[in-house]
Amino acid sequence: MFRFIVRRLLQMVVAFFGTTLIVYALMFAGQGDPIQALAGERPVTAAQRAYLTEKYHLDATGIGGFFYRYFDYISNLLRGNLGESLTGRSIGDILADAWPVTIKLALIAIAVAVIFGVTAGVLAGIRRASIFDNATLLLTLLVLGIPTIVLAPLAQYFLGVKWQLFPPTSGANPDFYALLLPGIVLGSLSLATALRLTRTSVAENLRADYVRTARSKGLPRRRVISVHVLRNSLIPVITFLGVEVGNLMSGAIITEGVFNIPGVGFNLFRGIRTEDGPLVVGIVSVLVVVYLVSNLVVDILYAVLDPRIRYE
Amino acid sequence: MSDFETVAASENQAARRGPSGEPGTPNQVGQPRKPRSLAGDAWRDLRRKPIFWISLTLVLLITAMAAVPGLFTSNDPADCVLSRQHAAPSGGAIFGYDFQGCDTYARAVYGARASLLVGAFSALMTGAIALVVGMLAGYFGGWVDAVLSRLIDIVLGIPLLLAAIVLLKRVSTDSSTVRLASVIFVLAALGWTTAARVVRSSVITAREQDYVAAARMLGAGNGRIMWRHILPNALAPAIVVLTIALGSFIAAEATLSFLGIGLKEPTISWGIDINSGRVHMRESATPLVVPSTFLALTVLAFIMLGDAIRDAFDPKLR
Amino acid sequence: MSQHAVRPTPASPTPPGGHLLEVRDLHVEFRTGEGVAKVINGVSYHLDPGETLAVLGESGSGKSVTAQAIMGILDTPPAHISSGQILYQGRDLLGLSEEQRRQVRGKEIAMIFQDALSALNPVFPVGWQIGETLRQRLGMSRADARRRAVELMDLVQIPGAAKRLGDYPHQFSGGMRQRVMIAMALAMEPKLLIADEPTTALDVTVQAQIMDLLADLRRDLDMAMILITHDLGVVADVADRIAVMYAGRIVEHADVRSLYRAPAHPYTKGLLASIPRLDQRGGKLSTIQGLPPNLMRIPSGCPFHPRCPYAQQVCVDVVPHDLVLGDGRTSACHFAQEVRDDRAS
Repeated sequence: MFRFIVRRLLQMVVAFFGTTLIVYALMFAGQGDPIQALAGERPVTAAQRAYLTEKYHLDATGIGGFFYRYFDYISNLLRGNLGESLTGRSIGDILADAWPVTIKLALIAIAVAVIFGVTAGVLAGIRRASIFDNATLLLTLLVLGIPTIVLAPLAQYFLGVKWQLFPPTSGANPDFYALLLPGIVLGSLSLATALRLTRTSVAENLRADYVRTARSKGLPRRRVISVHVLRNSLIPVITFLGVEVGNLMSGAIITEGVFNIPGVGFNLFRGIRTEDGPLVVGIVSVLVVVYLVSNLVVDILYAVLDPRIRYE
Repeated sequence: MSDFETVAASENQAARRGPSGEPGTPNQVGQPRKPRSLAGDAWRDLRRKPIFWISLTLVLLITAMAAVPGLFTSNDPADCVLSRQHAAPSGGAIFGYDFQGCDTYARAVYGARASLLVGAFSALMTGAIALVVGMLAGYFGGWVDAVLSRLIDIVLGIPLLLAAIVLLKRVSTDSSTVRLASVIFVLAALGWTTAARVVRSSVITAREQDYVAAARMLGAGNGRIMWRHILPNALAPAIVVLTIALGSFIAAEATLSFLGIGLKEPTISWGIDINSGRVHMRESATPLVVPSTFLALTVLAFIMLGDAIRDAFDPKLR
Repeated sequence: MSQHAVRPTPASPTPPGGHLLEVRDLHVEFRTGEGVAKVINGVSYHLDPGETLAVLGESGSGKSVTAQAIMGILDTPPAHISSGQILYQGRDLLGLSEEQRRQVRGKEIAMIFQDALSALNPVFPVGWQIGETLRQRLGMSRADARRRAVELMDLVQIPGAAKRLGDYPHQFSGGMRQRVMIAMALAMEPKLLIADEPTTALDVTVQAQIMDLLADLRRDLDMAMILITHDLGVVADVADRIAVMYAGRIVEHADVRSLYRAPAHPYTKGLLASIPRLDQRGGKLSTIQGLPPNLMRIPSGCPFHPRCPYAQQVCVDVVPHDLVLGDGRTSACHFAQEVRDDRAS
């Protein structure tokens, strides 16, 4: 187990440098005027230009200059120094305010996915090819097929504006109720995938040899399913949900933008809209790290759940 | 983000196979099987599925809309007059007018073209990349496979929407054609991994078949074996994955345009219209609902079509 | 493997206490989208306390399905028991409720399976899996169940049992895994043990060890045993009687010695001729021609006729009944006597 974690940590370090290098290269390599690229189409003041040149060491040139700037960027990132957005606010401060909201939203979404998706998935897997199974399959296909940019505004309009069941937008400090509708919208996709994954996994495990063994031990069907089948079936589901937490942290761009939730995604949304280059670079960098770390956590979780991986 | 990933996730599970049947059930009874082709079976199965026909009809309808929008509306989507802002339906404008005073329905009809162009070309490019990478990795194995598989892992490890944002932020031109091409390139560059994995695994399966060994013993070269014997096997699963991917590429384009970094005016895109409809939804909801419906139906049609075909080819998952 | 001194003689029709298990005219079908496969077509056999019956046949002959029907672990659907009786100590198991049948499973009749790696749950330690039966069925405490699990693992001769309690199935070798399976099946001290191809997945040397262990345990614990196999070689030393199955029927039923000496069904003859024998070196191994039948379209008459060297027109037209040959032997062949007396092939 220890060796497994060490190996995975080393892999993550490699992936971290690889991914950040790609992100950084895509941002800055071969750019005519990197400062204008950061700022997009809006005019850059002399003060901003000086700040950006210093921050990103844009005066150094060539390949050496590129790597110099890259390692500078990495060391700043690791020290949590993300610089300032074009509005002059510290990006670290922006994120510190935004994280709690985003985490709350992601937790609601995951709860929705677990409570409804996993439960329905287990039922559909047990009663495969039943009406319930076919209905949930069709329903999940619908949910998977409807993009968030359709689902979020329509939910906001019908449930928030027209029928006024939920607050249509949330304020600066959203409470649980204000986050509920966006959480459901955000969680619906995870719900659909979790449901399908659980269903396939349960159905597959029900046919496994060890189920026959458990039955021949004279265990009641309830115990065969709730202990033997479930324990095996939930390994991929929990793994998926773990990855999904990472996705949801960064994936709430549309939902947070539409519902005006002041989370990380919302700030990225605004950064894109207002063409605030440093803000976008800073947030994207942090999100990539979050994504990598969450993948690592999921891998370790997987090893904890599946002894076959643990003793590899 | 989710639009890209959920489809990919469900795809991965489909590619994953559980252990095969248990002893003592009829599939192991060991009798000779009736010689029926897989494609024939699949077609027989598909023909009976209403979802297949509904989604196929929708796909054809949308393709016609993209090719000849004039068939569906006689109004000009660019004919926008502010005095008609949010005006009620009149003439050919069956859904009325939007904030800019443009015909909502005509814009939705003309929006199909950009979506379908992005979807189709991204899928084609994705298919080309996936076939090349998957065939090389699957056929040659060894270090080629190791390198390409790691590459797939890395690209799969990059959050797609974030990467697309980073890439598209660098495209500062306003030229419609260049923006369209950029969106296609970006989506294809980031979206080929799932299909490549599917191709790789079907190539590995095909490579182990006896007739491939026979062809090799008869002196056929690598190129010929790959082209004549292995490619046809990898094609069917790849096409299924790409049909579904086409739907998610359309959703991705709309999402990027919605965020303001994909396509831009004067190109007509559902994503742009949904965003402006959203901003003004309190005054009038139709300009939000109409392009939303068009987009959702299009994406659904492709995903359901792909799903139905996959089910037909892969009865194990039923 | 040593011959045990005392071995019950081939079964008399009804011993004083009645049979332990009696299967009567069992029919099982698999109903699938592609049609109905008749997997078991009138199987009857019986077993007395302490006796070992070997059920022999190719894969698809229905030997495992019969066992699963006895255990009540057939997957329904697709399987349907269309008629027949399974009497255990005189009680028809097929007439019991699921809850009553569950009480029989493990406690009265236990079963071990072919591939222990997939038959054991991969995510639980073996000690937990052995103890689960004891905790769930007998209400033992965790500590007691652990202690008993160690005893059972000692009983099946797993070295260092106490230390290996927390290990997972994939950490054991194939032979040790099969021993774990056996320990699990013995947990409730069943009166009947069904071993479904217990050695098929193992190396030859390990096969012999497991067969010896099963024979010893059967004797020491005074269980009856049904040994399902496709390998005539493994049954000779262990079984009292042999039932040979083909296409869901028992085609020959005899005590071990007579069956080996003079098989009375062409199929049995074919099986025997296909075992390599030390006393017939250099001779060519014969095989049975053709393929096992398609169970959705079983041949008319005798299902074996397309592959049978003795086949005549009558075999195509008439289903052979069990011919009683004395000593409790039966053979479902029109020419049973001729086959038995024909020593040439």
